[in-house]
Parts: sequence; C-alpha cells; structure tokens
Amino acid sequence: MSAHTSRFPWNLLVGFVLSIALTLLAVFVTFYTDFSSSVILWIIGAFAIFQAIIQLFMFMHVTEGKEGIINVINIVNSMILALIIIFGTIWVLTSGHAAM
Amino acid sequence: MSLDEFFVTGDPMILASQIAIALTMVGLVALITYLKRWKWLWSEWFTTVDHKKIGIMYILAGVLMFFRGGVDGLLMKAQTSRPEMGILDAQHYDEIFTTHGVIMILFMAMPLLIGIMNVVIPLQIGARDVAFPKLNALSFWLFFVAAMLFNISFVIGGSPDAGWTSYFPLAGKEFTPGVGNNYYAISLQIAGIGTLATGINFVVTIIKMRAPGMSWMKMPIFTWTTFITSIIIVAAFPIFTVALLYMSLDRLFGTHFFTVAAGGDPMLWLNLFWLWGHPEVYIVVLPAFGMFSEVIATFARKNLYGYKSMVYAVAGIAFLSMLVWVHHFFTMGNSAAVNSIFSLTTMMIAIPTGVKIFNWLFTLRKGRIEFSTSMLWALAFIPCFTIGGVTGVMLAMAAADYQYHNTMFLVAHFHYVLIPGVVFAVFAGLYYWWPKMFGFKLNEKIGKWHFWLFVIGFNLTFMPMFFVGLDGMSRRMYTYAESTGWGCMVRLLSSWFLNNGSWFRCTCLQYLLEFPLCVTESRK
Repeated sequence: MSAHTSRFPWNLLVGFVLSIALTLLAVFVTFYTDFSSSVILWIIGAFAIFQAIIQLFMFMHVTEGKEGIINVINIVNSMILALIIIFGTIWVLTSGHAAM
Repeated sequence: MSLDEFFVTGDPMILASQIAIALTMVGLVALITYLKRWKWLWSEWFTTVDHKKIGIMYILAGVLMFFRGGVDGLLMKAQTSRPEMGILDAQHYDEIFTTHGVIMILFMAMPLLIGIMNVVIPLQIGARDVAFPKLNALSFWLFFVAAMLFNISFVIGGSPDAGWTSYFPLAGKEFTPGVGNNYYAISLQIAGIGTLATGINFVVTIIKMRAPGMSWMKMPIFTWTTFITSIIIVAAFPIFTVALLYMSLDRLFGTHFFTVAAGGDPMLWLNLFWLWGHPEVYIVVLPAFGMFSEVIATFARKNLYGYKSMVYAVAGIAFLSMLVWVHHFFTMGNSAAVNSIFSLTTMMIAIPTGVKIFNWLFTLRKGRIEFSTSMLWALAFIPCFTIGGVTGVMLAMAAADYQYHNTMFLVAHFHYVLIPGVVFAVFAGLYYWWPKMFGFKLNEKIGKWHFWLFVIGFNLTFMPMFFVGLDGMSRRMYTYAESTGWGCMVRLLSSWFLNNGSWFRCTCLQYLLEFPLCVTESRK
C-alpha cells in the first residue's frame, strides 16, 4: 500500500489535463469557429465520447481488478445493443413504408 | 358503473366460468380453513424466500396456466374443426386466441422454466440460494399477480382481443376502446418487471456464487444456458417495458406514439415488440436446450459431446437473437435491402442451432441409452424440433414469406418449435429433477402414457396445419366456408381434438392424482 501511494499518479494527472483540454476545446469549437451547427455537434460529440473513455480508464479503472474483464464485456455489450436498437429501428422504419 | 358493465355478460360459457371461479374460490377458502392451514400457508409458502419453494410455486402456477391456455386452445380447435361452426363468435374467438398466446408464452413457458431454474441452478453451482432471495420472491409475486390480473380479464371487463402481439392500430383505443387491451398493457408490464428482476438475479448468482474451482468452462451446461438466457432477459425486457409504457400512455392518456394520426407510427410498435419478442423466443428455448443436454448426457451415459461448441453455439444464438426481429414483419413493405439482411441473419441462426442438434446426436452415438421417461421427451424433441427449425428456414426467406405470412403454416411452425422446445423440455426436466424437489421419483408407467399420448396428440394436432396453411388458410380466422376445401383437412384435425384432450387429461392426472399418491408412498 505504501509503495502504491508514494508513486506519483501520472495517469491521473494525464487524465485530468486531457479532460480539461477536451472541455476547453469543445467550448472553443462551439463559440469561436464558423462550422455549421451539425458539424459542431459531431465534433463535440466525438470529444464527449473520447472524454468518457478517458474517465473510464484513468479514473474509474474499468479494466483493472477481478471484475475488469466483466466490466469491459458488459460495457461493450450494452453499447452494441443500444446501437442495434437505435440504428436498426431508424433503418427499418425509414427505408421502406415511410418512404412511400 | 353498473354491475353488468363490470362483469362480462351474455355468454353461457363465460357465465359458467364465473360461477365455477366463484365456487372454486369459496371451496379453496373453506378447505384451507377446515384444514387449519392458513398460518402454515402464510409462513411456509407465501412469505418464503427459499429458492426451492419459490421454484415449486412457479411450477404450480405454470401448470395452472398451462391448463388455462390449453382450454383456450381446445376451444379454438373446436370452433375451427368444421366449416361454419357456431361455438364461438368472432369477438370471442379473437379474445381466446389472444389470451391463449399471451398465457402460453408469458404465464406458462416462462414460469415453468424459471421455476426449474430456481430449483436447479443454486444446486448445480453449489450455492445456498440465489444472490437476492427477497428479490426472487418479489419476482414470483409480481409474475403471479400479473398472471391473475390477466386471467380475470375474460370475466371482468373483457379480454384483450388484438392478438398476443397486440398490433397497432388495432390495439389502439380508436379501434378497441374497451378495457381489454389495457389488461394486456398493464399485466404484461408487471410480469415483465418481475422477469427482469429474475434475469438480474441469475446473472449475479452465476457470476458470483459458483463453488470454488468451478471455472466458466466447468459449469454444467444448464447453468450456462440459464446464464446466457438471463443476459438476454436483461438486454431485451427493457425494450418491452418501454413499448408497453408507450402503449399504456396511448391508450389511457391519449398520446400518439403508435397512432396513425398526429405523427405516430404503428410500425414502431411492431418494431419494438419484436425487438423484445424475438429474443423472448430464445429466452424460453435456451434453458430448454440446457435441460435436454443434461438429460441426454445422463441417460446416454456419456459426457456431452462438444461441450465447448455447445457453449459457443448458445452464445452465438444469443448474439444473433438481437439481429433478426424484422423477419416477423417482412410483409410490412420494407426495402429489399432490409428484408435481405434480416433473411440472412435469420438463416444464420440455423448454424448454431444445427451445431447443437449434432452435439445431441453425437452424444447419443454409441451411448448406453436408457429409455427413461425424461429421456423419451428428449429423444422426441430432436425430430419434432428439427421439423420446426427447417420450416423456420423456409419462413426466413423474405420472398417466400410473402406466401406463408400469417397462414396456418406459420402457426404450425412455431408450435413445432415451442412445444418440443419448451413443453417437452419442461416435462423432461420435471421427471429428471423431480426427486430433487420432492424426494421421490415419478411413476415411469404413467409417465410413459403421458409421453406417448402427448407426443402423438401433438403431431396429429399440428402436422395437418402445415398443409392447410399451404392451401391458404389464414391464422386468426374464426370460421371459413365449406368451398375453401379446408374442411376435409381440418376434419382430420378434429380427430386430434380427442388426442388433444388426452394431453391435458394426462398431464393433469399425472400431477393431480399421482402427486398425493406419491407423497403418501414416500412417507411410509
């Protein structure tokens, strides 16, 4: 335990700095660029996902410990399901009868 | 509201049921009071959190619902046994096929399987109970209350009548303004929450509570299938919860999720229903596969052939189960791309399922087979289920499905999948694990009668449906003209009316007569 605490927590610092940088970047892209609003949404959406990944790995340690692998499988599985449900539904309901 | 609006009136059969229900309730209360069993019933059963007792209550409720759903089935068969029959009118027939479907899937198949899971899983993994025993009791009582709520619909207020799929716009309040379909929305919501809790319970139990040394690939195959089933439950049931919530809002508060008017989309209901509904099919059939695997390996006196491939096949089926839902409504008029992709994913399911069939066959090969009753159910399952599976591949082709859709061919197909896949499995499992529940073995002789009557009756009932279906007979038609020519085929069907009767008579005999007999025997 003592060895653990005496080591400088570099990954926490990197995560912290990256999170702040991504937040500031999102503010910058939103207020100080001339992209159309849909492009801005895509960019800040990408930043948000990237930041979520940083949080999960740097601060919440999803891959570590006894339950690491179960956590990762769980997250990946939920994301796949959500994507199937959302994009499947949109595809099925817009490609055929709605186009008539 | 006057009393004759509250109770359903005007049909002699329903009046008879109302009287029978009242007498049964009075009789039960009198019997329990006479035997002075109220306190015992309350403390030993109603408030129990013991997984075995909860499992037994699930099984009892499931057998009861099997009887109710079976009577619905018999009435439908009596009505369609000849052209222009007048036993049921169109409305009554609609109500009966709706309740038959809902009860058989959600209140018969689910509790029987969950009941066996409850009894067997903690024993198989060496745990004292499930992870959350109180939640487990809550799941059971949610299911039970939902089942009872759904069951009183036909005597109080009126049954749901839009099919077990309750498609909009028919299930919307413009077309079915009565309370019937509200029963559907609300009781299935309650049952669904109970099932979801069961799913979570078993996922945690199997991940966390296995005996030391039981690694993933050392788990019994029934534990594996239960685990994967529970994962599908957790994945799929929330979709149904949301869809039913939208349905309730539409029907009770006038929102427009599924209406044609005001920007709603009835097809969204179909989409969400089958996003849950297809995985639901695997939720009921995968634990059954596990039971058959246990039974076949035991009575062939061999290890299960290809254990690992079996596990991967189950996982593959679970994954594909979320990718096939559109095959239930190819005829909605979708684009060629959508229909082709979903045809392909559907046919892909035949691959892992085929793997399992071969695993069972190779387990049997060169085994020293003992033809016990539960083994007979497992052996009959293989050919019957294969017929159901192969006709399923026929239905999976979108272009051909335009021909088969909503015919009796489809009805025959899913009965050939679900009855061998679930009912045979439950019987095999009950005969197999009965001693674990009650401490004695069921009588083999009565068991064999039960088996042969049921299997012959089943085949005589549903095999002809394939042919009348190909001749163009639609499902959910309460009658048909003599000139359709279906009468001759269907008259053949009416011969199994008797056989059908023997299913239920035999099942009930088995459990009602033999059970007290065996109890007294075991106490000697």
